[in-house]
Amino acid sequence: MKSILPVLTVIAAVLLIWVVAVVPMNVHLTADQAQRDGALVMPDTPIARKEVSGFVLALKNPHLVPLTYFGKRPNLPSPHQVAAEMFNTIFGKKITSKRSLVYHGWVTLAPTLLGFVIGTFLGVLLAVGIVFSRVMDKSVMPWAIVSQTIPILALAPMIIVVLGAAGVHGVLPKSVIAAYLSFFPVVVGMVKGLRSPDHMQLDLLRTYSTNNNQGFWKLRLPSSTPYLFASLKIGISASLIGTIVAELPTGAKAGFGARMLVGDQYGQPILSWAALFAAALTAAALVGIISLIERGTLRKMGMKLA
Amino acid sequence: MTQNPTIEAKGLHLTFETNDGPVHALQDVNLEINKGDFVSFIGPSGCGKTTFLRCIAGLEAPTSGEIYVNRMTPDEARRARAYGYVFQAAGLYQWRTIGGNIRLPLEIMGFSKSEMSERVDRVLDLVDLSGFDKKFPWQLSGGMQQRASIARALAFDADILLMDEPFGALDEIVRDHLNEQLLQLWARTQKTIGFVTHSIPEAVYLSTKIVVMSPRPGRISDVIESTLPKERPLEIRDSPEFIAIAQRVRDGLRAGHAHV
Repeated sequence: MKSILPVLTVIAAVLLIWVVAVVPMNVHLTADQAQRDGALVMPDTPIARKEVSGFVLALKNPHLVPLTYFGKRPNLPSPHQVAAEMFNTIFGKKITSKRSLVYHGWVTLAPTLLGFVIGTFLGVLLAVGIVFSRVMDKSVMPWAIVSQTIPILALAPMIIVVLGAAGVHGVLPKSVIAAYLSFFPVVVGMVKGLRSPDHMQLDLLRTYSTNNNQGFWKLRLPSSTPYLFASLKIGISASLIGTIVAELPTGAKAGFGARMLVGDQYGQPILSWAALFAAALTAAALVGIISLIERGTLRKMGMKLA
Repeated sequence: MTQNPTIEAKGLHLTFETNDGPVHALQDVNLEINKGDFVSFIGPSGCGKTTFLRCIAGLEAPTSGEIYVNRMTPDEARRARAYGYVFQAAGLYQWRTIGGNIRLPLEIMGFSKSEMSERVDRVLDLVDLSGFDKKFPWQLSGGMQQRASIARALAFDADILLMDEPFGALDEIVRDHLNEQLLQLWARTQKTIGFVTHSIPEAVYLSTKIVVMSPRPGRISDVIESTLPKERPLEIRDSPEFIAIAQRVRDGLRAGHAHV
């Protein structure tokens, strides 16, 4: 339980910065609204107020400060607004409702998981090829690296359009982009893992006249397990990001990405922020699940946890 | 009656090509090791003692010359399971139990399940680790891990045991204890042992034959037949005979250095 304290400290610090930032970010909007409602505001025209910074405006009009936390369309929603929106849309709506974050979450989660499985499978397959074939090492690895230098935001709409033209719709196009992002850490980690046995261990197997096949199953694959899990943790969060990115520029109607976009376009930042936090919590949960599986697997293998 | 030597090297050369030019790891090495010998290879680093052991095991290919193990080439001998090899580090698989580690070569060589467990029990008893088969490597001390790795090398009944500084990473007390145990094991199993070390007392205490080597180029500078009795309590290290042999080894090492 010692780890709880530092975590709580960081969360408290972030919340504090957030709470403080809300005031200067929103005070101009709040001042305009307050003036319309008949309150006295200094300076007294919106144009004059534009000249002063948020901090100065807040200092000159301390009575506006509490109001900055309750704006309907704030520049920066306050924590309690985001929390309320999340509570409302997660627990307050039927999960089949288009306004439920659970519904949108599942729309994003399904392609994430499918893409993650495809990406992991491809990644492991490529890594095995790279480790056992010099030709693949020289030919595939550079392309794998190049693939990650292309901005996914530019690539995602193309993939969706091309697949759409080919008649592929629904979960699969998003999964392809998720897989595209998640295969890479798996390739890199597994190549390193499969190559992790040292000379001595490989020599030992040679003294038994071991063939490549036995060496793979008995030494290389088990040695790579810790590396695989490290990669899977990066891979699954990359997968989620891939799916959200796939939803952003393509006019998706549902999913975390669509929800964030809708919030931006209709001036409802609270909606975007709620979707953003829900996505972050989902990613944390996914990584947490993989950590649990890692713990169980390594313990079962008798390895000491690092 | 002449017996064919178990290991025989004739005019063995091995040159590594490196970026700094050729390195003569072995030059004109001639040696015969008979069945049941305990042969130590001693010398400073770079003298080729490990390289020679690896040549016997077929892990390195000599540039020229001949080497026979049980009258076969090293590759053939390896396929015939002529030797077990013990490395400086125990190198046990962390994800296998001690028993599982000893089963590793047996699985690769295709022994039956029942025979595997019978052999695991037998070799664990030989290295005094009975009852540890279900433990994982990290639960054992360094000395115990190295004993387990010796058990692994013994599991498939090779006649020859090749050991490359197996106790080099262990402290002196553990080392003395393991040396004593190794002699008992050798007496019980009648194996031919090739043992690389850089410790003079260790070489003299263990060996029937001490091969002194020197570097640049790696070569044999002296071969000493030990006159010590087969029965060797640790106290033998204080006897005049022991000290005389150690002195000769030391002279051999020094002569090798003077040559450079």
